[in-house]
Amino acid sequence: MTSLRSDRFWRATAWHAERLLTAACVVGAIVAAGDRATVALGAQAATPPAKKAAATAAPAKPPATLGIGRPATPAEIAALDIDIGPEGAGLPPGRGTAADGAPIYAARCAGCHGKSGKEGPNDVLVGRLPGDAFPFARDPRAPKTIGSYWPYATTVFDYIRRAMPPDAPGSLKDEEVYGLVAYLLALNELIPQDAVVDAASLPKVQMPARVHFVPDTRGQPKASAAPLVHKERKER
Amino acid sequence: MKVSRRDLLAGAAGAVALGTTAAGQPPTDPTKVRGKPSRALGQRAATEKPQRQPRGVTSSGTPHQDLYGTITPSDLHFERHHGGVPEIDPKTYSLLIHGMVERPTVFTLADLKRFPAVSRVHFLECSGNFGGRGTATELTPQQIAGLTSTSEWTGVALATLFREVGASAKAKWFLAEGQDAAVLTRSVPVSKAYDDALIAYGQNGEAIRPEQGYPARLFLPGWEGNASVKWLRRIELSDRPFMTREETSKYTDPMADGTARLFSFLMDARSLITYPAYPVTLSRGWVEINGIAWTGSGKIRRVDVSTDGGVTWTPAKLQEPVLSKAHTRFRHLWNWTGGDAVIMSRAVDETGYAQPTKEKLIASRGISSVGYHTNPITGWQVRADGTVIYHANPWTTT
Repeated sequence: MTSLRSDRFWRATAWHAERLLTAACVVGAIVAAGDRATVALGAQAATPPAKKAAATAAPAKPPATLGIGRPATPAEIAALDIDIGPEGAGLPPGRGTAADGAPIYAARCAGCHGKSGKEGPNDVLVGRLPGDAFPFARDPRAPKTIGSYWPYATTVFDYIRRAMPPDAPGSLKDEEVYGLVAYLLALNELIPQDAVVDAASLPKVQMPARVHFVPDTRGQPKASAAPLVHKERKER
Repeated sequence: MKVSRRDLLAGAAGAVALGTTAAGQPPTDPTKVRGKPSRALGQRAATEKPQRQPRGVTSSGTPHQDLYGTITPSDLHFERHHGGVPEIDPKTYSLLIHGMVERPTVFTLADLKRFPAVSRVHFLECSGNFGGRGTATELTPQQIAGLTSTSEWTGVALATLFREVGASAKAKWFLAEGQDAAVLTRSVPVSKAYDDALIAYGQNGEAIRPEQGYPARLFLPGWEGNASVKWLRRIELSDRPFMTREETSKYTDPMADGTARLFSFLMDARSLITYPAYPVTLSRGWVEINGIAWTGSGKIRRVDVSTDGGVTWTPAKLQEPVLSKAHTRFRHLWNWTGGDAVIMSRAVDETGYAQPTKEKLIASRGISSVGYHTNPITGWQVRADGTVIYHANPWTTT
């Protein structure tokens, strides 16, 4: 697939390159530097014109990159790079405990998620199932809470910080988010009430549901499967 | 372009003539009334009123029962969003690509449009697209499966951008992040970028609509809509997925065997009869049953239609050209002689995958794992008086 894409890319770009090449030859000058595309295509224009004149000549090959876009500065990247990896990459400085998070939860979260995180009306956040069972395929009443269904604790920090609360998304400070995460993890009995949540401790929180998640294998060709043979498969 | 005084007078005269009929109604004899002048923006005929059907404030479905062919008019394309539809200034819009790349780069919208472009017709479907689980029978095709639509998408191949920034061969996943209030994020395998992913800015020949991600979005043909992140502001390449909320606590599929599928991107084959369907009333005689079929695995190979509740099946005609990962119109001529009948359709795709029955889905996924990727064979009941209702087949936990 990769090679097909490459061919299509070259065919498509070749046409543009040829037009620019022709223009460059007629003018007889290479356009001033300053734009990477112009420089690169100018280099093409410097090849002997006789080559292009031949009726069977292949179209001029464009450069490996077109020089479109501008380099991103480290500050620009840092301003947007807010994601938290499952091993904790990206977690900011700061810390919080359940006691820190409780008043923030009451003020900013309880309206949608309930006083104790179990009442709704929006997503139920709190609650474990007996024996950390995973009955979600057969029991529609089993709530998918942080304690019963979420496979990574880091996701709680990432999501609260980027999208909550809906009336002022992205408004919580890092310390407030750490406090809220600690409060929610403690309510789910995933950490002790007095545990400190920070960049070092959060990725280490064991999530009971984690062991149940497996990659989807639909659409993966089996070694013996012959594609395009009309044979109906078992529902997957 | 100039509007003459004569045109204006003629228009006024037409208005007077129109005034002789009921307000908003066409004149009795259009040949006796001068028509409307040319105008800058076309409109639907006043008598045609297709509407999306909002479900809450976060989604609305396409009215399949009102449409023909395969392309969804852009203003009727379904919508689904998690933080509302943002307003983004195209002049200040930019897309940052960074992470495991040689050259972290910022692209403006104008930059994206300078790259070699591709246009492709593809469906887009929300993986939560099934509204026929209960006992209700007064349900339209829009309510059963309104969260799928087909457009011609134009943009730059993501592979082109990855080449431009020098993506590392060691990068296996990328994070796509939106500029909406949810700052929605999904992890996507890099292999999809080198297969057929686009950064799309065009929809059916014009700029993408705000609900579909204006000014630019990720588009992953054949995969669940949520992963085609709209209002795209950032892509970060990595050697592992990011495990965001949308791909862990949501958009995962508990299975009957006690596991849950992560990264279940593929939208499997499905079909839906859009005529006749609720709330149509049929007259006896020949009826062209028709509908749409689609699959994220490639092309639809066959659609079978049954008019006896699934006892016997007949292959329907497929409208050519059958396009990969796009709605395909199927048609089947049927002589309804009266009496009760249940009509159904069943799609088979080019990989041999056949649209499952509800019972097969439950055996594989469990009775309650029905939030996402629910694509059962569905049908319509034609009653003796010609009224058509949804053939309810409730998912019960008894």
